[in-house]
Amino acid sequence: MSEVKEENEKLKKEEELKKEQIWIHIDPLRCSGCRLCEVACSLKHEKIIWPEASRIRVFEFIPAINVPTTCAQCPDYPCVKACPTDALSVDEYTGAVLVSEEKCIRCGLCIKACPGDIPRIPKGKPSVVICDLCGGDPECVKVCQEAGYNALTIIKGEYRYIYKTSLSDPLTRSKEIAKKVYGWEEW
Amino acid sequence: MYGYAGKLLDVNLSTEEIKTNPLTEEITKKWFGGRGLGVYLLWKELGDKWEKVNPLGEENLLLILTGPLTGYYPGMKTAVVSKSPESNGVVGSVLSSEAGIELKSAGYDGLIIRGKAESPKYILIHNEHVEIRDATKYWGLRGIETTKELMKEAYDELLKLEKVNGKPKEPAILYIGPAGERKIRFASIMTKWAHAAGYGGYGAVMGSKNLKAVVVKGTGPLPPVANVELLKKMIKQVYKTAYDSTTFRLWGTVAGAYNTAAMTSSEPVRNWQEEWHNNEEVTVSRFESRVWIKRFWGDYGCPMTCMKVSYIRYGPYKGAVTDGPDYELIAYLGPNLGIFKPEDSVYLSWLADEYGFDGINLGNVLGYAAELYQRGFLTKDDLNGLELNWGNTDAFAKLIEMIAKKEGIGKLLAEGTYRAALKLSEQKSADLLKYAVHSKGIGIGAHGVRSKKDYTGPLSYVTSVQGGDHTSIARPIATSEGGETRFIFYDSAVICFFIAWVGFDTLINFTNAVTGWDLTKEKWINDIGMRILHTQRLELLLGGPDVFWDPRISDDNPPRFYEPLPSGPFEGTGITKKEIDEMKKSYYQEVGYDENGIPLPQKVEELGIPNGVAAITRIKQRLNLL
Repeated sequence: MSEVKEENEKLKKEEELKKEQIWIHIDPLRCSGCRLCEVACSLKHEKIIWPEASRIRVFEFIPAINVPTTCAQCPDYPCVKACPTDALSVDEYTGAVLVSEEKCIRCGLCIKACPGDIPRIPKGKPSVVICDLCGGDPECVKVCQEAGYNALTIIKGEYRYIYKTSLSDPLTRSKEIAKKVYGWEEW
Repeated sequence: MYGYAGKLLDVNLSTEEIKTNPLTEEITKKWFGGRGLGVYLLWKELGDKWEKVNPLGEENLLLILTGPLTGYYPGMKTAVVSKSPESNGVVGSVLSSEAGIELKSAGYDGLIIRGKAESPKYILIHNEHVEIRDATKYWGLRGIETTKELMKEAYDELLKLEKVNGKPKEPAILYIGPAGERKIRFASIMTKWAHAAGYGGYGAVMGSKNLKAVVVKGTGPLPPVANVELLKKMIKQVYKTAYDSTTFRLWGTVAGAYNTAAMTSSEPVRNWQEEWHNNEEVTVSRFESRVWIKRFWGDYGCPMTCMKVSYIRYGPYKGAVTDGPDYELIAYLGPNLGIFKPEDSVYLSWLADEYGFDGINLGNVLGYAAELYQRGFLTKDDLNGLELNWGNTDAFAKLIEMIAKKEGIGKLLAEGTYRAALKLSEQKSADLLKYAVHSKGIGIGAHGVRSKKDYTGPLSYVTSVQGGDHTSIARPIATSEGGETRFIFYDSAVICFFIAWVGFDTLINFTNAVTGWDLTKEKWINDIGMRILHTQRLELLLGGPDVFWDPRISDDNPPRFYEPLPSGPFEGTGITKKEIDEMKKSYYQEVGYDENGIPLPQKVEELGIPNGVAAITRIKQRLNLL
């Protein structure tokens, strides 16, 4: 009996955790390119403004085509699987990828494995940086909403596989959006 | 030293020598950064031979600088400083660009460019990796093509340099268009299609060095600050001010296209023959509904995002793309040319951007030419058959092309309004200088002084060390916080004027949070700001080699500004010579100039300007005042 009970409790807990999961939805068309998200993120995580160490980065290969990119917490976690030193793990509450600075050897394999080229090793940082969702209350989303752009919003609840498909190479994505906005066949 | 990287990158294009120079606190405490630091560096290297230095010659330096607040203070700028081919003094020019934060993240407070490359080059900076690369295939390309092609090549190089470290964001690219390549005196240094460092004409300086672009990527943190907790708090405070500026956020400066004319009668209309119109066709709502495709566009860290993006999807000007355009370009490439149509102003602004012109001085010279046509001093024959009537957008577009290619009369107009007016007066044996609306060789910004209803005042362009620059105006009391030293602060801290409405005290506190200094408002106004002002004044009055200023004559408004306003609610109002003379007299006393407008020897001594007294002697010798 107790085994069934334990199993039920485990399932219940998993259900609860799924409900608590969050995902940052990005709408590049609403993005102003102000990069307050990068300022907020790097101030929180690095205690200084550091554009390349921000866990969310806004690309602007093409003027006014602002493309924010950050981790989408793929359900199969290819980055975690690719890590040779167990430096990456998954936060059981938020589903975010956590980085161990001590274990990371800056090999870049997680970046290769990522469908959106999201992880980054900025100069002077002992490890790769990946979004940790600020433990469930992301600073980037707060500031984007406070500023009224709402390019970033939080979606709560069970993870949907479609989230992962939002990831692609930032340059390709920028070109796609530019084509739509400016009607250019090629840029 | 907090807030600074502590070094400057120094690239010699003649010898291809690349090195770094230390930037010490002794210097930053005296000259701050951006405009101030640039004024000092130029003074230190060229001061002794200033009059002989050709702004478009190999010996001139082109400086791309940050300031202590760049990157930390919300909303960033990058300063460009050099000996100006327009004023022959120094103009601290700024543009909205991530180049500043990229330089700081790469470990530099700025970039010194000296010499002249043998063939077209660009400079690629990735942290400590600095390279002078071939730009032959980009020479001749306009703005959009340059950005596109250079981004491809440079980004591929960056990916190689990053090795396994992942994808960096795009680098900042500062470039020139064909106008800069052809050393047109009012060519600007551009970035992101529509952002320009216009005043000063530094696109021409860059072109004279055979330098097509500077591409910069830094991947480190900004230099450490003295008090990060206070910084965080102050950033929030500035955000709040920006969020409260709802009108400005929503409509940017575009609202001025109608307001500055209809409300304050201070917009150039048909080469300043009027400053009023009430044509609702150019009200911001028309731009909003007809050409804007993006309402909020900002640069790094800016909560104001006053820039808008215009893109024309229909009609004869289909495909034209630019920002708002901002008020200055709408005014100068709209009502100033008798044009009252959003699409037409967007089209002309786009042309200005594409060729890499300073849109203000381009509009100024176009308006000047059109007035000469109106008055019969220039004929259809002079203009290769163009009928340069007010409102003839296509004729103005053709003339822009002629200037860019230095074709026909375009060659003369490429010298800018003042120099063109000097030559045309000779050619036509008439006083054609009286239609030139400039100060010290720089076309006056689109904020007139006659109605006295705008933020400008009668003295704005008379005694400013940056001539016609509307973002660095002289105002009484010179030693109050509303004086020119305040504008010097923006350009030297290298922050955006449009998000600095937080009160001067807050700006000072912000500086102290970053640098750990005990700067006060008084110290800024009377010491640092005043030192920069006086040094700029010396550089301006030394001038040369092609143009020299005599403050007894050139510290004045253009003749047009003494004509009373001919129309609008302020019809008949204006300013008088007497009024200006009185204001000038007290202004000179306030800042410490003598009765002729030359800095007093004891004042430059007190401010510690190296070789300042010797410079005063040289100025006086030239003016026969010894």
